[in-house]
Amino acid sequence: MATETFYEVMRRQGITRRSFTKFCSLTAAALGLSPAHAQQIQKAMETKPRIPVLWLHGLECTCCSESFIRSAHPLAKDVILSMISLDYDDTIMAAAGHQAEAIIDETIAKYDGNFILACEGNPPLNQEGMSCIIAGKPYLQQLMKAAEHAKAIISWGSCASWGCVQAAHPNPTQATPIHKVPGLPSKPIIKVPGCPPIAEVMTAVIAYILTFDRFPELDLQGRPKMFYSQRIHDKCYRRPHFDAGQFVEAFDDEGARKGYCLYKVGCKGPTTYNACSTVRWNGGLSFPIQAGHPCIGCSEDGFWDKGSFYERLTDIHGFGIEANADQIGGTAAGIVGVAAAAHAAASAVKRARQKAGDPGEEGAAPTTNEFEGQD
Amino acid sequence: MSTLATPNGFTLDTSGRRVVVDPVTRIEGHMRCEVNIDSANVIRNAVSTGTMWRGLEVILKGRDPRDAWAFTQRICGVCTGTHALTSVRAVENALGIMIPENANSIRNIMQLSLQVHDHLVHFYHLHALDWVNPVNALKADPVATSALQQKVSPHHPNSSPGYFRDIQTRLKKFVESGQLGPFKNGYWTNPAYKLPPEADLMAVTHYLEALDFQKEIMTVRTIFGGKDTHPNWLVGGVPCAINLDGDMAAGAPVNMASLNYVQKITDRCIEFVENVYIPDLMAIASFYKGWLYGGGLSNKSLLAYGDIPDKANDYSAANLLMPRGAIIDGKLSEVLPVDLTDPAQVQEFVPHSWYKYADESKGLHPWDGVTEPHYQLGPKAKGTSTNIEELDEGAKYSWIKAPRWRGHAMEVGPLARYVIGYMQGNKEIKEQVDWALKTLDVPIDALFSTLGRTAARGLECQWAARKQKYFLDKLIANIKAGDTATANTAKFDPKTWPSEVKGVGFTEAPRGALAHWIKIKDGKIDNYQCVVPTTWNGSPRDNQGNIGAFEASLMNTKVERPEEPVEILRTLHSFDPCLACSTHVMGPDGQELAEVKVR
Repeated sequence: MATETFYEVMRRQGITRRSFTKFCSLTAAALGLSPAHAQQIQKAMETKPRIPVLWLHGLECTCCSESFIRSAHPLAKDVILSMISLDYDDTIMAAAGHQAEAIIDETIAKYDGNFILACEGNPPLNQEGMSCIIAGKPYLQQLMKAAEHAKAIISWGSCASWGCVQAAHPNPTQATPIHKVPGLPSKPIIKVPGCPPIAEVMTAVIAYILTFDRFPELDLQGRPKMFYSQRIHDKCYRRPHFDAGQFVEAFDDEGARKGYCLYKVGCKGPTTYNACSTVRWNGGLSFPIQAGHPCIGCSEDGFWDKGSFYERLTDIHGFGIEANADQIGGTAAGIVGVAAAAHAAASAVKRARQKAGDPGEEGAAPTTNEFEGQD
Repeated sequence: MSTLATPNGFTLDTSGRRVVVDPVTRIEGHMRCEVNIDSANVIRNAVSTGTMWRGLEVILKGRDPRDAWAFTQRICGVCTGTHALTSVRAVENALGIMIPENANSIRNIMQLSLQVHDHLVHFYHLHALDWVNPVNALKADPVATSALQQKVSPHHPNSSPGYFRDIQTRLKKFVESGQLGPFKNGYWTNPAYKLPPEADLMAVTHYLEALDFQKEIMTVRTIFGGKDTHPNWLVGGVPCAINLDGDMAAGAPVNMASLNYVQKITDRCIEFVENVYIPDLMAIASFYKGWLYGGGLSNKSLLAYGDIPDKANDYSAANLLMPRGAIIDGKLSEVLPVDLTDPAQVQEFVPHSWYKYADESKGLHPWDGVTEPHYQLGPKAKGTSTNIEELDEGAKYSWIKAPRWRGHAMEVGPLARYVIGYMQGNKEIKEQVDWALKTLDVPIDALFSTLGRTAARGLECQWAARKQKYFLDKLIANIKAGDTATANTAKFDPKTWPSEVKGVGFTEAPRGALAHWIKIKDGKIDNYQCVVPTTWNGSPRDNQGNIGAFEASLMNTKVERPEEPVEILRTLHSFDPCLACSTHVMGPDGQELAEVKVR
């Protein structure tokens, strides 16, 4: 039986070919791809079927969903009505109670191995898992059941990717990121960290999966390289001030008013991998540094436990570059690079150690980005 | 005995059939509801349960107080920012930090834009499907829908028959695809839905328009806070410096271009709320005028802390543009003063919450709060500890504590604010409420209902959009007068702080009264405690057996089809529950962790 393609659905819903083409161009742009890829996307969208999505919520604050609906291109409306079939999302679904829960079973029965599991939040393991109850049972059970039958898993935001705020020390509920859940069925997982992730990054990830029927290229930590391969510092519009040694010394000082570099009031841009300074937020309008606040590093693993947001990086990592930063940015830039590299190396060592010591730790994270073929 | 009279005036009867709704959807977080219905399908007992907790207050211990806004902001991403604002106010209150006028105006603009966004998204995307039937919209005549739209809102540009026909076509194909997405398994044949097809089509169309528009509202916060969801805040003011002239003004966070942008969005918010939200609210309400269930505590006991200080640093009731006060025992004309530092006023009880006190017959002020987890089902519960079939509300049954004001269960939120403001003679509120009552041709008693709660939220959204403009004008006037300060950093360095201080900060979150209590010792957080709106509204029973606002509001409601709980959803949604907010501080492995002493 023929399944409808994304293009057929859009056409059937009264969207013109012209609008469809425009949509594909915008999607290509959002993905940072060349115009040639727009045609590829268009072709894919004309031939690929819609994917059912179960969007589950564990311990979280719903900021990922809130971010998602703020997407400017594509619009959340078009994603929900035309791109995916959002069969379960307890934040917006009409049904409640057992009618809501029945949808999970129906989706599994009908699309076994062919739906996407989108996870917002994470499961707690303390208290028999009953600090997050769905339908009278631990959320963990709902998660495991859906994961068992899913084609792939999207870990939305820092909760699902790393644990985020409820997993900050001392992690009272033993909130656990998706890929570290003991016994989780082995499925491809893509992490889209951030608290929350940028809206257009979320919708672009969905569009990419839909278009190419695979994950985008992932880094070693399981994040899409296209959005997470550069530090915010690398593409920050205030970077020339850093290089010139022009720093904000205190909030609302002369430097703050002139848009100088926020490094000395705690900016984590030099060690944070995210697309804030390139894609920016809310339709490309601004990002934290542009609005005068240092980056707090919200897409990084364990960012809550790395000291105060207003302490400069040197104070945290003890690389002793404070004098250099005060003198001249050019020198400091090199040293911050070293600091970041050292940080990355430390993370890699930590990862390797975790992997060696405990197969449950990090072990489930995919190093491959390919789905199984779906035909 | 299957009947029980509560001190706050309700008769609970558990003899009828038990109906369970879990999960309650279209809310923030996780929640369960159980009711007993009699042979006529009328709810005679209601049990509401918070089904999640995360323990953020414990996590805050030992942290830098200047960071607390970021942690507490992650309590909730729906009312994003209101916890952050409450937090910076608590720290500033503790340390005696005065913020600049511009910072006050910018914070108010951000808080008001949250009210606008949150109320609008709640109405269309969380609540509308309780009143609006998208499947029925397929039967609408687009010409008649156009006529209806032009009648209720002559100024809204999207109103042609062709426009509605296009939307209807898209909807029709969507439904025919058999993949109903978020509309799947809804209660679309239930007679509880009363709108004619044209009104359904108009409302569904605006569901989609509002989904497109809502993303604009919060961009105001992207200008001032750098991103949304979860913008950035600052103890001592706001992080966005102002530079309108001279060298590198273009690189400054706030310049003429960004102010123009905020102006544009603010105007569009007022337009959308006045041309779409309010007319839809009135149109939908006009078909449900006879459905006046759900009053609960709203004509008995109401609480508001107040918010939106007109001048900076003055948090007295007279300077707050959102009302502050308490009403108890149904004495609506007597609004009592509220003092968050008075240990006799706000107290939390746990005999029906999954926590343990040494003496559970008493409540504790947040200053002296104790939080020790104790997850245990009562003897009459059915199922197992990890597979609950029915709860035993005679024992512990929720992760939410039961806060009480002078011993009374209280309702908080837009309706509480509007009733309190109305009774205080607030001119703007009175004008809006009287207009709505006259438009719908209903008496003032109609306010005390599910629909009244929903209406108050809409009116408040309109009020907030207008006030956003007021504070933008105020900000620009102040800059014009030569004041460009946005932050007071004299006490930003922890080395300048006394060794021990305490403070309390409060706001009116979209869902109601919110306060944080903080104790700072040697530059670190010693204790932190939040009592939030859904803790008030969603509270379980207390030591006296008083039921909370959710439970009270469900009482005596008739449900058309018990297996399709649309009336239960309708009333619970009218509070806009936020469960991630409401659940309390928690210690690992049953350890006692939160002990808050603040004054």
